[in-house]
Amino acid sequence: MKTSIANWGNYPVLQANEKKFSSVRELTLHVRGNDQLIARGNGRSYGDASLAEVVCTTLKFNKFLSFDKTLGILECEAGLMLDKILEVIIPAGWFLPVTPGTKFITVGGAVASDVHGKNHHVDGCFCKYVSEMDVLTASGEVFTTSREINPDLFKATVGGMGLTGVITRVQFHLKPITTAYIKQKKIKASGIEEIISLFEQYNQYTYSVAWIDCLKGGKGFGRSILMLGEHAQPGDLNDIQRKAPLKVPSPRKLNLPFFLPSFLLNNLTVSLFNFFFYHKMTKKVVDNVIPYEPFFYPLDAVTNWNRGYGKNGFVQYQFVIPLERKDGLIALLEKISKDGHASFLAVLKVFGEDNSFISFPMKGFTLAMDFPVHDKLFSFLDELDEMVIAMGGRIYLSKDARMKPSSFIRGYANADEFLEIVKKYNPGKFNSLLSQRLELTS
Amino acid sequence: MATVLILGATSDIASAIAGKFASKGYDLQLAARRTEELDNTRKDIQIRYNNQCDLYPFDAVNLDTHRAFYNSLSPKPDIAIAVFGYMADNVKTVVDPDILLNTMQVNYTGAVSVLNIISRDYLQKRSGTIVGISSVAGERGRAKNYIYGSAKAGLTAYLSGLRNELYDFNVHVCTVLPGFVYTKMTEEMPLPAALTAHPEEVADAVYNAVVKKKNVIYVKWFWKWIMMIIRNIPEGMFKKMKI
Repeated sequence: MKTSIANWGNYPVLQANEKKFSSVRELTLHVRGNDQLIARGNGRSYGDASLAEVVCTTLKFNKFLSFDKTLGILECEAGLMLDKILEVIIPAGWFLPVTPGTKFITVGGAVASDVHGKNHHVDGCFCKYVSEMDVLTASGEVFTTSREINPDLFKATVGGMGLTGVITRVQFHLKPITTAYIKQKKIKASGIEEIISLFEQYNQYTYSVAWIDCLKGGKGFGRSILMLGEHAQPGDLNDIQRKAPLKVPSPRKLNLPFFLPSFLLNNLTVSLFNFFFYHKMTKKVVDNVIPYEPFFYPLDAVTNWNRGYGKNGFVQYQFVIPLERKDGLIALLEKISKDGHASFLAVLKVFGEDNSFISFPMKGFTLAMDFPVHDKLFSFLDELDEMVIAMGGRIYLSKDARMKPSSFIRGYANADEFLEIVKKYNPGKFNSLLSQRLELTS
Repeated sequence: MATVLILGATSDIASAIAGKFASKGYDLQLAARRTEELDNTRKDIQIRYNNQCDLYPFDAVNLDTHRAFYNSLSPKPDIAIAVFGYMADNVKTVVDPDILLNTMQVNYTGAVSVLNIISRDYLQKRSGTIVGISSVAGERGRAKNYIYGSAKAGLTAYLSGLRNELYDFNVHVCTVLPGFVYTKMTEEMPLPAALTAHPEEVADAVYNAVVKKKNVIYVKWFWKWIMMIIRNIPEGMFKKMKI
């Protein structure tokens, strides 16, 4: 039976056959019984990764397998989501080593995208903490893989968008914490030069990210708010917080129950939003101690916030360019503000050193923006692609729905070797709209 | 803490029920034919909830083993939930006596046999709760699945009688009649979204029914009204209908 599926951007939408499984035995039957398929977690990538006519949904394959509370090592099935992991590990004094901006993703998805977080400049990507995993490949065999065992499979699965096979088991190392709170510092920057120097000045902070106004030109071009954070120590907490320092907050449930009409989002409304967001913070610097939820997952508070972009959906565009190309960052921001494609949420971050094989991050500036889908968007993004790649940068596959194959090959230095390993373990069984669009699989 | 026995623990509905009771602090006894498939479930429950969770081999159709199975349980459960069931295509069941026998043995004889043993213990102790997952298919035979339906009709009648008998002995019996449920068994069927429950909703309903000592429950409330209408259609009209 076919149902409509789409990832978080609601673009593109596909009629697909969704196969469920809750054991490796059941998964093997699906993999043997279908010529082409792709694994799919919670559908929180934005574009066309994990979309195919047959998808194997991992959401019922979500069990904890072991948790060493002394050493902080967790082992689980690939469909387990980060929100459930936090509920279990925080009370025991552990946290995720790396977390993206939503906790509603599966561990398998975190590996396949090799997700990064606000601590990339210090701690790197998620898979740096993965010590071992199992991958079910096209032959139906399950391979245990690590940096020592079947290392080629390991490095191509990390950030490999599910193309080497279906990840079934992941073992990874956690980060010790003494409270579930974050000591936060927020600093307003009046323009692009200031925010870049603030990133530099505060690079010893574990967590850092900036919200940036991409529409404002002229005076105040690149105005932003830098958000910094450290895990709070018990001494940082107030009396109420100290009573239960490792408390997991109960889920808040706000929902956007329907799609907003897309005309609501235009340059005027987005400019207004940005104006208020910037001026709502009246002081230059704010210091406070807040629960981890609003610090890491502000948008998770509104279920289905993606419907705010309307039924046509949106594309999230995230690029990275090398650190020495500050001029390039300014040129790109100028183009975006001049062409005036409204983007509510634009997030700027400086990545640290990264020796990844096929994962997205590299040392440099990364900017992520949401653009509602409309006629002129794609040619505009193609122009941005050209600029980014000419600067030696690249585009994040987990957000992408429209890039050309050549942009992938030029942006990812190890693309050829990656494709060779994919071919070895997957002669053509694991296929997604993304892998076909980018000509990664036949 | 109280202990819950789940019979037929490998199904989607059973794992949702197990998760629900574990989250409320109950210890679990999971019984199924292939206990090795429950190994990861056991680990998962222990990590998530820090509860006791034990596995027991149990085969519904092997009636001779039921007594020994119940004797092996330690401690004896406070709540017993029979979730197992078997539904094959009706056309095949009509012509294949093996499928017919299996349908009857899993859904009716097997359930009755094991619940007989459990209920005698509860009767003697004057405490306990028994939950049977039956089906709306048992409320009126329809051309599409009347053999499965007739087995479940038998189970529903059995549970009703058991409830009647055990009322004086402080033992509660609950009959659950889930309508459509999204499970591995139904993933190829086009189910109407408004009428179809997720296994977690079935689990919530079962938990509430146990706590509130409800007798007969449907998971989604409108199934009660749908079945009331279906039960009351005159036979002369019903026989001409294709539903």
